[in-house]
Amino acid sequence: MSAGHPAEVETLFGDYPLDHAFDEMREGTGEVRPHYRALAETLASLPPDELQRCKQSAELSFLTQGITFTVYGREEGTERIFPYDLVPRLVTAPEWDRIERGLTQRITALNLFLRDVYSDAKILADRVIPRELIYSCKHYRRQMRGLQVPRNVYIAVVGTDLLRLASGEFVVLEDNLRVPSGVSYMLTNRRVMKRTFPQLFHSYGVRPIEQYPQLLLATLRSLAPEGRPEPNIVLLTPGVFNSAYFEHTYLARQMGIDLVEGRDLVTHDNIVYMRTTDGLKRVDVIYRRVDDDFSDPLVFRPDSALGCSGLFNAYRAGNVTVANAFGTGLADDKALYAYVPLIIRYYMNEDPILPNVETFLMTEEKDRKHVLANLDKLVVKAVGESGGYGMLIGPHSTAQQREEFARQIEANPRNYIAQPTLAFSRAPCLIGNQLEPRHVDLRPYILFGDKVNIVPGGLTRVALEKGSLVVNSSQGGGSKDTWVLE
Amino acid sequence: MLSRVADSLYWMSRYLERAENTVRQLDVALNLMLDTGSAGEGLRWRQLIAALGNPAGLEWNGDLESMAGRLVFDTLNHASVTYSVNAARENARQVREEISTEQWQRLNRLYHQMHSVQVQSQFRVSISDMLTTVVDGIHLFKGVSDTTMIHGQGWQFIRLGRYLERAYAIATLLEVYQPGLTSPEQSPAGHQYLEQVGLLRCCTAFEAFCQVYTADLTPDRILEFLLLNRDFPHAIRYSVDGVRHAIESIQRTGGRRPPDDLMAGIGRLHAMLSYTTIGEILSGDTAAFLHSIREQCLRIHELMYRYYVHYSIQSALAT
Repeated sequence: MSAGHPAEVETLFGDYPLDHAFDEMREGTGEVRPHYRALAETLASLPPDELQRCKQSAELSFLTQGITFTVYGREEGTERIFPYDLVPRLVTAPEWDRIERGLTQRITALNLFLRDVYSDAKILADRVIPRELIYSCKHYRRQMRGLQVPRNVYIAVVGTDLLRLASGEFVVLEDNLRVPSGVSYMLTNRRVMKRTFPQLFHSYGVRPIEQYPQLLLATLRSLAPEGRPEPNIVLLTPGVFNSAYFEHTYLARQMGIDLVEGRDLVTHDNIVYMRTTDGLKRVDVIYRRVDDDFSDPLVFRPDSALGCSGLFNAYRAGNVTVANAFGTGLADDKALYAYVPLIIRYYMNEDPILPNVETFLMTEEKDRKHVLANLDKLVVKAVGESGGYGMLIGPHSTAQQREEFARQIEANPRNYIAQPTLAFSRAPCLIGNQLEPRHVDLRPYILFGDKVNIVPGGLTRVALEKGSLVVNSSQGGGSKDTWVLE
Repeated sequence: MLSRVADSLYWMSRYLERAENTVRQLDVALNLMLDTGSAGEGLRWRQLIAALGNPAGLEWNGDLESMAGRLVFDTLNHASVTYSVNAARENARQVREEISTEQWQRLNRLYHQMHSVQVQSQFRVSISDMLTTVVDGIHLFKGVSDTTMIHGQGWQFIRLGRYLERAYAIATLLEVYQPGLTSPEQSPAGHQYLEQVGLLRCCTAFEAFCQVYTADLTPDRILEFLLLNRDFPHAIRYSVDGVRHAIESIQRTGGRRPPDDLMAGIGRLHAMLSYTTIGEILSGDTAAFLHSIREQCLRIHELMYRYYVHYSIQSALAT
């Protein structure tokens, strides 16, 4: 499979397997894609130990900066780093252009959809989407009906998961419209990468992403209630036991805003205040990293102490902006996902730029029969879950697991969807002293305030285990830096 | 600054000060026991516990090593060193974004040290070395706090906690030692000297004392030094000055009118220590004087808390 590479590049590749899945770095013939050539040659020119040394110094840098997950037992706090791969994933300018347009179109449409469903519900009256699908969704919030949100923006912060299929085309796997996380890893990956390969980075002409915290702040500010020219913006965290707590502290520090917990907030006369040493201080915008259910015990789950009583009424009165809005989980329900192409056509009168993955709805009898007969080939997902939980990967499952899922699907068809097991793309990762391909996805972060802003790139998540298709950090995934080229 | 954050920084600091005080007093008490023989151990232990404010669960059982082990490692006993270090770290963890990475790493290391096998075995070989290790860890944390943290409100709350805890602890200590100090005839001459040095060493004050008064120890000088010296960091007056300075700085950055009763409370204590001579204190009711310092410290804590941390919503809305 030699394609005229220098000998060092061949050594670096070792027995790098290629098959029908798209490889980010190499053509089907084995040749390195043009935009990856400089990278391959640089890596190959380094002495083998040097790569390991770089990797260790990068990992140490994560540890000392405290960029860790908390795996918190009762007695001892154990913190481990999010596994990190040194080899950046490259995205060319035309590829990115398409992704950017596709995501802008999709987010705009989903936002219009949320506004419609929570007001006139025309899309339901026109029978584009079945009513029962909406009203049976566990993330639908009837309290949001008829409520005016600032600038009509429901989803201010989005992290959409993309995959690349064998054809080389990017498709949308999931829209994360509630409290998407991982952006701090995107930012710190870049910082570590610049330190590790400064010259290579410089020679490539990579589009910057460091402005994300500033853009996020500007987005939140643009959503402030009327008549509050100097809005007080805070980040609401569930607290120190949340696994994304590091990200919350990181973003708060980067934006220079206060990190608050529910117990720091009080409401009075439909105004939200935070308790400071200088007395009560009015809060105008809340960047919420707490799920709907836990945000206000008076309106949502009464047993939750993570939120703030009266928050929803203050929000309803327009005295405080909460981003994302409540009830946005409706639009990332995995069963509703199947309807997103229709949603785009309905509101935008355009064809979707980024296609969906083929999806079988268990509520449709024909689909269900097909899925139950082919469980060993398909991926089954619970509609309201995220983070790789509640999932069956057919080809890697046991007969017992399939039986269990079949039973659950029969019992509650609305709760499940199925998709084909995708041979999504692989990118080279440093395993030992050689490159080996691992499956990757891409999660760009989209900000939506007075306009749509997408920092070029995002978080490339890697299924570090050989052959694995699961990239979630909670399930042994890692990440790598993503370079969008000029 | 958020009240919760101020609260956490304040308690982080108080707990570390408490751990340091406990370690030092234990070290001194163990040292003094070497000279008095096993008969005096129980008495000495009771005095130590009294000087720590009579925490529960530490009644003398005749076995010194197990008692000392409990005072250092028992995570369930609120008076133990480990309990204080745990509490300090827990407070720091909740305000991770407010303190510097260096501070966090230092405190984290101390915490892991307290739970490590090495420290437990060091404790069995040489308690004194082990206690020094702990104090070193705390000192490093304080140094790093002063050099890496912005000296804003948060830092002032750290100082406030440190000095209030210290003033209270020294007053408690003196209350326990003062009767023996001012009526010395009970103990033989050499022992009297050791007692006095021990008391000074509980406040790391022996060398500083000698610089001011030479090694000529007398009860009135010792009390004067530990109570009224304004330049020595482990004297009550210095600590109260620290409290006053921290509160004033917090007021300055806060912009709210300070509540009169808080400023009056601190001012009264400050004046009491600034404008009283040791002669006046000793000719009056010394025990009552010392007790009054503790009461006033508690009162300052309460008022500070009511104003900055746990204020009622109604009062805050009214202003």
